[in-house]
Amino acid sequence: MKNVDLVVIGAGPAGMSAAISAYNSGAKDILILERDSELGGILQQCIHNGFGLHKFNEELTGPEYAWRYLKKVQELKIPYLLGTMVTEITKDKKIIAINPSEGIFEIQAKAIILAMGCRERSKGALNIPGSRPVGVYSAGTVQKYVNLKGYLPGNEAVILGSGDIGLIMARRMTLEGAKVKAVCEIMPYSSGLARNIQQCLNDFDIPLKLSHTVVEIHGKSRLTGVTIAKVDENLKPIMDKKEYIPCDTLLLSVGLIPENELSKNIGIEFDSVTQGPVVDQNRQTTVPGVFACGNVLHVHDLVDYVSDEAEIAGKAAAHYLNQKAGETINIPIKTDGKIRYTVPQRFTEYKNTVLYFRTANVYSNATINVRDGDKIICSKKKRKLLPATMETITLTKEMISSVNSGCMSIELEVAEND
Amino acid sequence: MIKNLTCIVCPIGCNLEVEVEGNKVKRVSGNECKRGELYARSETVQPVRTLTTTVLTDDGRLLPVRTDKPIPKNLIFECMKEINRKTVSLPIKIGDVIIENIAKTGANIIASKNMG
Ligand code: SF4
Repeated sequence: MKNVDLVVIGAGPAGMSAAISAYNSGAKDILILERDSELGGILQQCIHNGFGLHKFNEELTGPEYAWRYLKKVQELKIPYLLGTMVTEITKDKKIIAINPSEGIFEIQAKAIILAMGCRERSKGALNIPGSRPVGVYSAGTVQKYVNLKGYLPGNEAVILGSGDIGLIMARRMTLEGAKVKAVCEIMPYSSGLARNIQQCLNDFDIPLKLSHTVVEIHGKSRLTGVTIAKVDENLKPIMDKKEYIPCDTLLLSVGLIPENELSKNIGIEFDSVTQGPVVDQNRQTTVPGVFACGNVLHVHDLVDYVSDEAEIAGKAAAHYLNQKAGETINIPIKTDGKIRYTVPQRFTEYKNTVLYFRTANVYSNATINVRDGDKIICSKKKRKLLPATMETITLTKEMISSVNSGCMSIELEVAEND
Repeated sequence: MIKNLTCIVCPIGCNLEVEVEGNKVKRVSGNECKRGELYARSETVQPVRTLTTTVLTDDGRLLPVRTDKPIPKNLIFECMKEINRKTVSLPIKIGDVIIENIAKTGANIIASKNMG
């Protein structure tokens, strides 16, 4: 069995950034485990631009963004294993992995950073009535086919869900010669970025049908079309407002979900909203020495924020190995119904912290209040809050240490007319 | 005339209100930063976009590429045609020019990745 101080699981943007930051903070015995055949994770198939505006003040493509980190990992000579699949992580930080050259092997780690990213939800596909012909794919699968394999899976497509990957793929398929007939979004608003609606749909006259969903899939062996319908306020399809669209491809872009199958055996606590681990300001889970960052923790809208978060986790893991951090306090953060979740979910140290959160709905002219019982310790006004946009509020060390009730809460105050 | 645009320069995606007279932009509002105003002006005169796609390599894999500066929106499909006719020989370094002055736009197609 190998012994390694810090094992990073996953070499996407989170894993690479965490490893670099841990190295720069003093951890020298690091090993990154990656199941793919190259470093970079999902960025390698995201060939579009729009990455890195916050981190590098430049608009990079996915592979270019990955390269910034990949280069550093190689310069610092941080060891990594490719084609290596982790099959189990135990409570006492033993990692069981498998790869073609070593077979099954074990690593005993002192600290672990979980950076496995996320996967696409498949739920949207399950509840649509009709047959299951060839031609129904997740948007990410088509992205991989088109961008890495050069295979365009169809000529006429409908996309269900207006998440960013779906919007990006609408443009990508159009550029490669397919006709994208419609993007259906069950909600009255898109979950994708406004810029993507403009540059991926409007630029190519692809209609975005809000409050619409796919109600039936047609075709025996190959998809021949879908029936879409408008939905009412309760998201129930209005069946007399149906429309048949002939198509040979249906893309599902119905959201992402943290990939935590591996984390389940470690004994860490999970947040039922994010579906990721509960973490403190250092992105340490409820098991000391196990950290999590990036989309395995909660789904981010920008990779730049993933990198930021991974830096926090990497630095904290290095300090943990140095025994610099000691758990002293425990202040959980409660949310109201309007704010769905926060990351971190608790404080174990008085430290300046950026609190990330998402709202449950669209709100305008709202005030975000962070409270200790009745006392407001921090507040911020926002003109517009969207579920698709991750928001932040910065809490200082002093604000956190002023908490007397043992618990913090975050609430949204919305004007009556909203 | 008032035109509504979504600024695509950064992920914030501000809603811009642009007052246009003929081909001239009189006033831009709704932008949270200066780049939004520049975007509104160029979008009104001639919309431009960065094009990202792939080029076939001689070993059958795909090389991700992009234009090194935005190109006129109406030339996107012409550029795609030219790119799809091309095969590159490996190895390639990130930033290497793959096609010079694509569709006479003055922009080059460059590699987004090292490939060898
Ligand atoms: S105006 Fe500025 S802040 Fe707003 S979307 Fe454009 S670049 Fe971003």
